[in-house]
Amino acid sequence: MTAVRRSRGGPVRRAVESRLAPIAELWRAFSQTRVGSVVARAFSTNGAWIFLLLIGLMLFFNFMAPGKFLTEFNVRSMATNVAVLLVIAVGETFVMATGGIDLSVGYVLLFSGVTSAQAMNWGGKDPTNSGWDIVLLGFMVAIGSGLAWGVLNGIIVAKAKVPALIATLGTLGMSWGLAEIFSNGQDLRYLPKIIADMGASRLIFDKVPLVVVVAILIAAAGGVMLSFTRFGRYTLAIGSNQEAARRAGINVDRHLIAVYALSGALAGFAGFMSLAIFTTTTISGHANDNLQAIAAVVIGGTSLMGGVATVGGTTIGICIPMVLFSGFTILGYQSFWRDVAVGAVLILAVYADQLRRRRRERR
Amino acid sequence: MADPLLQARGIFKSYGHVEALRGCDFEVYPNEIVALIGDNGAGKSTLIKILAGTEEADEGEIFLEGHPIHVGSPSEAMQLGIETVYQDLALAPDLDGSANLYLGRELMMAGLLGKLGFLDNRAMRTGARKAFGELGIDLQNAQSAVANLSGGQRQSVAVARSVAWASKVVFLDEPTAALGVIQTARVIETVKKIRDRGVAAVLISHNMRQVLEVADRIEVLRLGRRVARFDRQGATIEQLVLAMTGGLAEEGAA
Repeated sequence: MTAVRRSRGGPVRRAVESRLAPIAELWRAFSQTRVGSVVARAFSTNGAWIFLLLIGLMLFFNFMAPGKFLTEFNVRSMATNVAVLLVIAVGETFVMATGGIDLSVGYVLLFSGVTSAQAMNWGGKDPTNSGWDIVLLGFMVAIGSGLAWGVLNGIIVAKAKVPALIATLGTLGMSWGLAEIFSNGQDLRYLPKIIADMGASRLIFDKVPLVVVVAILIAAAGGVMLSFTRFGRYTLAIGSNQEAARRAGINVDRHLIAVYALSGALAGFAGFMSLAIFTTTTISGHANDNLQAIAAVVIGGTSLMGGVATVGGTTIGICIPMVLFSGFTILGYQSFWRDVAVGAVLILAVYADQLRRRRRERR
Repeated sequence: MADPLLQARGIFKSYGHVEALRGCDFEVYPNEIVALIGDNGAGKSTLIKILAGTEEADEGEIFLEGHPIHVGSPSEAMQLGIETVYQDLALAPDLDGSANLYLGRELMMAGLLGKLGFLDNRAMRTGARKAFGELGIDLQNAQSAVANLSGGQRQSVAVARSVAWASKVVFLDEPTAALGVIQTARVIETVKKIRDRGVAAVLISHNMRQVLEVADRIEVLRLGRRVARFDRQGATIEQLVLAMTGGLAEEGAA
């Protein structure tokens, strides 16, 4: 059967394929080995390819702009810029693993930042010198706000059966509007000094910003949770075949609500991180966060249909646009080239996923 | 004959104006393969769904080993030892065979890690290899997503999952409908192995030859009621077709 299929195509293709046959044979033998099977599996999804793409891009920009791209300063500023996005992208990975989507994350982040800042400004007192109790209050309000939006998303999707695209588009508008109403469209600039210090502090020989460490820890925890726990297994099972999950006795509705709640809570956490980094609510600064998170998840190999997802892939998917942005800027091109390149990579990533699906459907 | 293992009595079920089941009876005895046959719309799938807990009957009683039972959900049926292989397989195609086998019944790590929700994938893989092996299913790559398997292998995974957990009855709704000759033979072999393990199997099939070859007994539904019962020895294809189409005198009819 396979021999027949392989001999299809023109004479050129056949010639090329016969030249490549020994390599294919080697590859097949390699993929039978223990290490090989892991590597082969990694390359059968987007994961390993986009990792190579990321490394390639970094080497390319470093080659084009020696001593400018891979400097301590530039790497640190790139990492700080992606830290907030990474946190919401982790939640987005879980949502998209169920076959859903959460468009609201960027504005839930904003809403949580606004409510958190207002809670710390309660009573009109200047909170600059407030203590840890006020900071903790602000933190809890941020997480709570995000969690509430997430639970609402989950209930609308799981119980009311409104498609996730529309449900979260609705809460996007609601959270955005309410954030503007609560803040009168004015950024709140008075925050406890403790928070600003947190945003500026660095760990590990005073080199790695605290927010970057926190984002990496959250991504690591999310990755372990998705790949090694029952929560993650159910998330992927629901995305793979919701009906099968239901018949296997999984409480699908409750799990979906939990997944959207997780995404909301992480958006709330990211809102607090954003306060710490920028020491203001940055009302106009999150317009594209949701699309950037979704693009990162998709570039990272998560299937739009659900069922296949890794947080590691998402992490790489967050870094690629940042590297492009920084690289283009350093080389003196307009940074909008990043958007052009990311758009193309996004389409390629989804196309690769579709190809894989079609190939396996033919079996 | 021994007492029935699973018995349905006077089951009624309608969907709006459509009466799918109109006082349907059905029996499964221990250690047998019973075929459930009938024309399209006779109510076979509805009956199976009610016994497997995915639908609830409007009226009627169900007994397991003589005790009345209530099957309100698939998981209640599973707890009672009743498993179903659905026509559309109901597997998660992106997960591997072992994850599918243990879906909803995951083995957890011992101690604190397990309490935190960590899966014991190694134990599940070992268990899956054993369960597949028992049925003579050889999955060369147990870590490959189910979607990458052939249709027959996928069907095998679905059958193996039900068989592995069933302690009383397995329902198989047209398990060979989408399969080739060799794979069909393999599934039929599996159904026989189920019986030999002491679990009763209920086979829905449109293939009369297959029914006569495999089943110990045959029950025929027509228009939502059971109209005839046959032992394999006494039955011919003509008789089965007659019963399905209403050419035989109805059981229990005056």
